[in-house]
Amino acid sequence: MMISALPADISAQSTDQLRVVTQRINNLANNFGVVADAAPWELQAAEHFRQLKANSALVLTALIAVIAAVGMLFGLLKITPALKARHQVERVVKGLLVLCSAVAILTTIGIVLSMVGETLKFFSYVPPTEFFFGTTWNPRFSTVGVGEQGSFGLVPLLAGTMMISAIAMLVAIPLGLMVAVYLAEYAPYRLRNIAKPAIEILAGIPTIVYGFFALVTVGPFLRDLGNTFGLTISATSALTAGVVMGIMIIPFISSLSDDIITQVPKTMRDGSLGLGATKSETIIKVVLPAALPGIVGAVLLAASRAIGETMIVVLAAGNSPALTANPFEAVSTVTVTIVNQLTGDNDFSSPQSLVAFALGLTLFVITLLLNVMALVIVRKYREQYE
Amino acid sequence: MTNTAPVKIRAKDVKVFYGDNEALHGISMDVYQNEVISFIGPSGCGKSTFLRCMNRMNDTIENCRVTGSIALDGRDVYEPSLDVVQLRAQVGMVFQKPNPFPKSIYENIAYGPRLHGLAERKADLDDIVESSLRRAGLWNEVKDRLDQPGTGLSGGQQQRLCIARSIAVSPEVILMDEPCSALDPIATSIIEELIDELKQNFTIVIVTHNMQQAARVSDRTAFFHLGNLIEIGNTNDVFTNPQQKRTEDYITGRYG
Repeated sequence: MMISALPADISAQSTDQLRVVTQRINNLANNFGVVADAAPWELQAAEHFRQLKANSALVLTALIAVIAAVGMLFGLLKITPALKARHQVERVVKGLLVLCSAVAILTTIGIVLSMVGETLKFFSYVPPTEFFFGTTWNPRFSTVGVGEQGSFGLVPLLAGTMMISAIAMLVAIPLGLMVAVYLAEYAPYRLRNIAKPAIEILAGIPTIVYGFFALVTVGPFLRDLGNTFGLTISATSALTAGVVMGIMIIPFISSLSDDIITQVPKTMRDGSLGLGATKSETIIKVVLPAALPGIVGAVLLAASRAIGETMIVVLAAGNSPALTANPFEAVSTVTVTIVNQLTGDNDFSSPQSLVAFALGLTLFVITLLLNVMALVIVRKYREQYE
Repeated sequence: MTNTAPVKIRAKDVKVFYGDNEALHGISMDVYQNEVISFIGPSGCGKSTFLRCMNRMNDTIENCRVTGSIALDGRDVYEPSLDVVQLRAQVGMVFQKPNPFPKSIYENIAYGPRLHGLAERKADLDDIVESSLRRAGLWNEVKDRLDQPGTGLSGGQQQRLCIARSIAVSPEVILMDEPCSALDPIATSIIEELIDELKQNFTIVIVTHNMQQAARVSDRTAFFHLGNLIEIGNTNDVFTNPQQKRTEDYITGRYG
């Protein structure tokens, strides 16, 4: 419509030029301003365009008003004593809920698909075997040149992730479980009501703050502690990051486990106590086994949280992608590397950037497997225990 | 009837408080060796509370306080030096709802003996498990599936499993808190027969809402009302010739 109002010699141009022209007119109409002075016919066209827009807005408003009126009329006509409105409302509510769940699920699928696409692009530069089994991580920068590509070995990163997560779980599982047992079985009611939210605050602290804490407090402390024992511990090391991360995920384990332990029926405890078991025997031999599936679920949830954790490791793990089994040395993790590869002015189609998607997908698959495992374990035990 | 038998449990002026609320107003009674005594009375009359005093299961309830004395074989069970664990091994308990542990049938029975170190070798433990299950009349039904979860049994079997479980630690007294209230009539009659047999070796205190059951299984019956012991006597006497008006009213179904 707008183009038809243009002078004939201009509307006869090729589509590419036409696009430039339309863009200029568009900008003029929106008061954006254009490069160079606007020609009179351009101003005219812009004015025409503005007019068209105003008209269309008017028409749109009118159309909506009409639709609303028709809708109201339709609604009013529909309201009769015979109308079973409740069922229809129920259906609409159900539809709404289905839609909401669909959004969540489709988003997950979308994320996976987008990562798969980029990952495949990455694998066109670097063969998967080299990525999954390479033991060197040295991606170079894309600015260095295309000829030398660098090596993209996942193993050192994965090893770092696993080591830090393992340390974190070593800290979090015993602490979290004991906290849960204390809260659920021993703590007086009022103390529990205060202590539980207080512990949950740990989960609410921004992870970057944990990162500071690890970097400034825990790291140097561990280093000094190591010195007194004659051990060389870097201030930024797998140990530092792991310990702090372990503290962070305590509430995941303690809160969930506490809920689960509390749900173990009192009759179980009575049965055990009635046989002459002490309180701790009852907890260890009856309550915890009964609560095990839930506890395993809590632990695996915490584990996937630990594996995906980023900020603490960015600050405290030392970012040194070398393959090492020494927890006192600096390491790097998958998440840290993703941050490194995506920050800075990398070209988004270079393998140096694309590798981030491959790493992300790997991470996703690992946590997914953990979750599936958790589900399987929970189900297996549930069958046994019900 | 069995009143010539030695006294197994002697309760004197037992009062129980939940917080400030006095739930039992001074109960005194004797329980004789190898008798079955049943406690009847309307809900909330304190019969279960009193039962739970006998092996101190009330300890697990917060702000529950017990005064007076309960003596098992002449020794006060609320004496500070007494080992509650030992007491509960001597005075076993079967609960209202079957509560097998979420373990295998074998492990359910072996749980108590393991706790108390009753079996040194696996073979001894096997013997205990078998004899306990036999005495609970469950052996033939479960002998081929001892490794299956106890929770997979029917309600009546589960309750017999729980009885077997308490027998396994060789108690002297078995407390039963409405053991049949969650069971159907057939399972109930099996358990009642079992109680009759168990009386050879154990002293049994049973709380029941079912008066026919009390009449069928017990030697003596105690009627509780509003935290008081109203009447106690031979079951026949209590049911056919109650001394107290309230007992008669309850038994004839006028309240409760």
